Formats: sequence, structure tokens, C-alpha cells
Amino acid sequence: MTITFDASVTRGPFTLRIATEFEPGTVVAVLGPNGSGKSTLLRAIAGLQPVSAGSIGIDSVIVDDGSQVFMPPQARAIGLVPQDYALFPHLSVRDNVAFGPRSRGAGRRAASDLADATLVRLGISDLSNRKPSEISGGQAQRVALARALATNPSILLLDEPLAALDVETRDAVRAELDIHLTSFAGCAIFVTHDPLDALLLADRVLVLEEGRIVQDGTPVDLAHQPATTYVAALMGVTLLRGSAEGGLMSVDGGGELHIADATTVGRVQCVVRPESVTLHRHQPEGSARNTWPGIVRSLQPSHDRVRVLIDSEPSVVAVVTPAAIAELGLVTGTPVWLSMKAVDLAVYPSPAH
Amino acid sequence: MSTRRTSPRPAFLVIPGTIALAFLIIPLLALLWQAPWGDIASIISSPLALDALRLSLATSLTATAFAAVVGVPLAWLLARDVFPATRLVRAIVIVPLLLPPVVSGVMLLSAFGRRGFVGQYLYSAFDIQLPFTTAGVVLAEAFVAMPFLIITLEGAFRTLDRRYEDAAITLGASSWTVFRRVTIPLIAPSLLAGAVLCWARALGEFGATITFAGNLPGVTQTMPLAVYSALESDRDAAIALSVLLLAVCVGVLVALRGYYLKGSSA
Repeated sequence: MTITFDASVTRGPFTLRIATEFEPGTVVAVLGPNGSGKSTLLRAIAGLQPVSAGSIGIDSVIVDDGSQVFMPPQARAIGLVPQDYALFPHLSVRDNVAFGPRSRGAGRRAASDLADATLVRLGISDLSNRKPSEISGGQAQRVALARALATNPSILLLDEPLAALDVETRDAVRAELDIHLTSFAGCAIFVTHDPLDALLLADRVLVLEEGRIVQDGTPVDLAHQPATTYVAALMGVTLLRGSAEGGLMSVDGGGELHIADATTVGRVQCVVRPESVTLHRHQPEGSARNTWPGIVRSLQPSHDRVRVLIDSEPSVVAVVTPAAIAELGLVTGTPVWLSMKAVDLAVYPSPAH
Repeated sequence: MSTRRTSPRPAFLVIPGTIALAFLIIPLLALLWQAPWGDIASIISSPLALDALRLSLATSLTATAFAAVVGVPLAWLLARDVFPATRLVRAIVIVPLLLPPVVSGVMLLSAFGRRGFVGQYLYSAFDIQLPFTTAGVVLAEAFVAMPFLIITLEGAFRTLDRRYEDAAITLGASSWTVFRRVTIPLIAPSLLAGAVLCWARALGEFGATITFAGNLPGVTQTMPLAVYSALESDRDAAIALSVLLLAVCVGVLVALRGYYLKGSSA
């Protein structure tokens, strides 16, 4: 079941306009900020939101062409795990899972047996008689997955599958979800705003911003060559844009950096990993090819490190230990020198838009 | 002894507030005070009273059932904005709520009377006559009471989280199955509240009923009409019947205390 999506979907002032394909056996994360069109994409594939133009095909069948053809959601072999799971509160866990088979024509008895089998498969058969209000968030996630899988769908859509969970249960539920997604033979597509979910669960990440695809690649691609500053920020790195010539990159907005490959020419982007930036109180002497002055704009403690945002040309982020903050006496407004090796800069051609 | 100060109690609010409460309580106590407690059992069990009570229950329950069957769908349509002018439709729904009931009765006469807009055809084609019949009572009660049900349910449908229905649809449920197995169970508390509100209004209906259906004992004389008639001849009977109606209302309030007596603090 390959999904061919080449359509635009208009909801009020917002338009989602993308063209891509989803292959079976691949787990795709749709990553993007709020309002980027992630959920709209899922709803359009599910048939809950008709497209305005273009078409959606499942295998070779057009299911929605924006005018004549519209296959209703009931007829698409879709399993949806809605945001916050939306388990039917008045039905037991078993009846929630049996709802799909029953709606698709199975008898009461057969639907119930199928539900039990699905609950056993997901290891939650002990919950079958409980009401959704009597189970935890992590359990609700599994039940929602069981409910979606009970109709044996060829497309599995998950809307923010982990967002409702607290930090402690999240890791465990994510690991378990990983197993189910990996073993799912059809197209699995999930929406998230959390880069960690995307990096850990997906084979392929589709980054949406303002209704457009800004990057489409593997998690490694995203980490190494983020296409936009949004993606770079998600990956915790600084993205610089500029032009390269003769081993020098002149950065948009000011500043020049030595880069390792002198043959690179033209519009480029480069990723500055905060760990590769070294801070000094005085102009350093050493092997680092790049040194430039700046002023500390702000300090953001995170875990056992401190992220230091520096106004300079170019502006970057450095990560240092609290001990280094103390030794260097860094506060907002402190003048500093930055240094970085040319080989630590990951330079790549700007993606065309 | 120290008391915990929960809220300031300025006199300019306490005094008028107390007057309002007294204004509501005094008639209640007066009715109970004047009630002919000794004869109440025999008055209530008289054929006239029993007929009126039976008729009231039958018509008000029928009117509520009718209102639920056609009003719930209208509430759903309103909540989903399927009409080109939802606000106008809602205004039309609310009109009987604000209208003097006697005007509602006159309107029903012009619509369903023997020479009415629709009534003349019902009469000539099917020999159906609604005014001055028990069916006419049901019609009058439904007309006046249905808005309560529709407005209550529209709110419930509007605030219902659409994701439940979306989930059901993707699981393969037809729109009828979604409505029956997901939507209705989820709004059941509001359906009950709306139906009770509608029923209580139908039970108390007077103006539209007497105008459209008249006051024929055993046929169209419901409890409120019986109270009104008795007031002219037998004051004690009127009070006794009123106590009975009051008891029914208090019973409903107690049964639904969870729904209506919840303050903002609950």
C-alpha cells in the first residue's frame, strides 16, 4: 500500500501543499511546529478532511481528487490513533477495541474474540474489562493502538502518539511503540512536534513548516544537514547560511569562517555543533583556524551543561560546563573570544526550495 | 471563637438578596401552609384529579418523546452549522421559549386549526382534527417545551470532542453507528437534562394548551388546567393539586440534583 499524496488542503486561511509518497514498511515521522499542517496531512489521508485540489492515491486507486472522487474514511483501510487517544469513555477497553471489527460487520462474539486476541498481542489483556477512565496514560496509548490495529489496517496514522504522556512513562511507551511500528507491514505515519520521537521512531522524517515540506530525509540527514533554522534548532545546533569560495565562507549577516574544503563554491549552509565552539576571555592562539570576538547574550542551563548564546559575527551557541562559566566569569554582556576548528564545520550546499 | 472569613458580606448585597430569597420562599411556604392536609388524599384520588394527572403524564411524556425524536436531530444540525443561517434558525427555535404561551396557542390554531394553514388540509384530506383533542395537547406542549431540549443539546453537541467521532469513522462505523454508539452515549447526561427540562415545561404548560386544545375534563384538561378550573369552584382542591405538581417538580430536582444544583464550587 503506497500512498501517493500530491494535493493541497485548505482550512480557513491555511493551506497545506505537498507532494510525496509513503512506502509500506517505512515509519515516517511528520515533524513540525504547531500550525505547520501535520494533523491536516493525517486527516486528509484518513479522509476526515477532503483535499481542495490535487489527489491522494492509495496504491493505484485515487481516493480523493478534490472534486468527483472521494472515498469515505470507512472504506480506506486506515487505523487512526487520535491525539490524546480519544478512547470511547462509555465503553470498556475490550469494547473499544471491538468497535472497529463490529463496525466492519463482524458479529458481537467474533468482534469480542478479535479484540481479546489483539489485547493479548499487545500485552494488555488484563485491562480488557476496565473503562478508559480507570487506566493510565501509557495504557491508554496501547489501547488506542490496539483499537486501531484490530481492523487490520494497511495504513497506520498516529497523531502525537506520545504527547499526552509524562516524562517517566514516555520512554517506556516509546520503546514499545517502536516495536509495534517496526513490525507493522503497511505505511506507518505519525505526527509529532518532538524531534526525539522522530529521531528514535522513524525511518524517514518529513519536516513541515507553514504547510510545505522543508526537509525530507533520514534522522541522520536531519542531524547532519538541517535544511532550516527550525530543524537546526530542534537538533540543538546552529545553522549558518552563506557563500563559500576558496576555503572561506562568508556568512549572511556578517562574519567569515575558514572551512576545510577549499573546493566548495556557491551558496552553502553549515552546522555549528555547540560542543565544537570553545570560549576564551582573551584572543586565543592555537591551531583553531577560526577565532572571532563576541558578547554573551544569554546563558541557558540544561542538565549538567550551560548553553551560551553569543552575539558575534557569526552568532553561534556554545555549550560549556558550569565550572567553565565560573572560571571564565561569564554573565550576560561579558566580552568573549570564540574559537573553532575548520574541520568541525559541516558545510553542505544549500538545499534548493 | 473565631470564624473563618470566607467572603465579605456587604449589606447592600445581603439585604436585597435576602428579599429575593424571601420572595421565592414565602409563596412556597404559603401553599404548604394552606394545603388541606386532612383532605388531600381524597382530593387527589378523585376521578377528576386522577384523570387530569393521568392526562398530564401521558401528554407531557409523549410531547417529550416527540421533542427528543425530532429535536435531537435539529440540535445536531444546529451544532454542526449545516444551515446557511444558523443564528436565524436558532432564533426561530428560541421564539416559543420567550413567547407568551397564549400567543403560541393562537399560532398553533392558525397553523393546525380546522381552517388553519395546514389544519384545513389535514381535516379535508385525512379527517384529522387537532384542536380540542388530546393530540392537540401534546402538540401545544411540544411546541412550547421543545426549545429547552434543543438548546440544551445543541450546547452538548457543540462542546463534544470531535475526535471521538473521527476515531469511530476511521474504524469503519457508518454515520448512523457513530451517532448511535458514540455521539448519543457521550451526550447522554445532557440528553437526560434536556429531556427533563422539556418534560417539566410540558407538564406545566397552560396557556398554549387552553388556547389550542381547550379545557375538556378527561380529554384536554391537564393538571394546570384542572388547578385553574378548581380555583373558581373549590379552592382547597386547587391548592391540593398544586401541592401535587410541586411535589413532582421537587422530585425531579432531587433526581437531577447532580446536574442543576452544582454550584461553581462543585
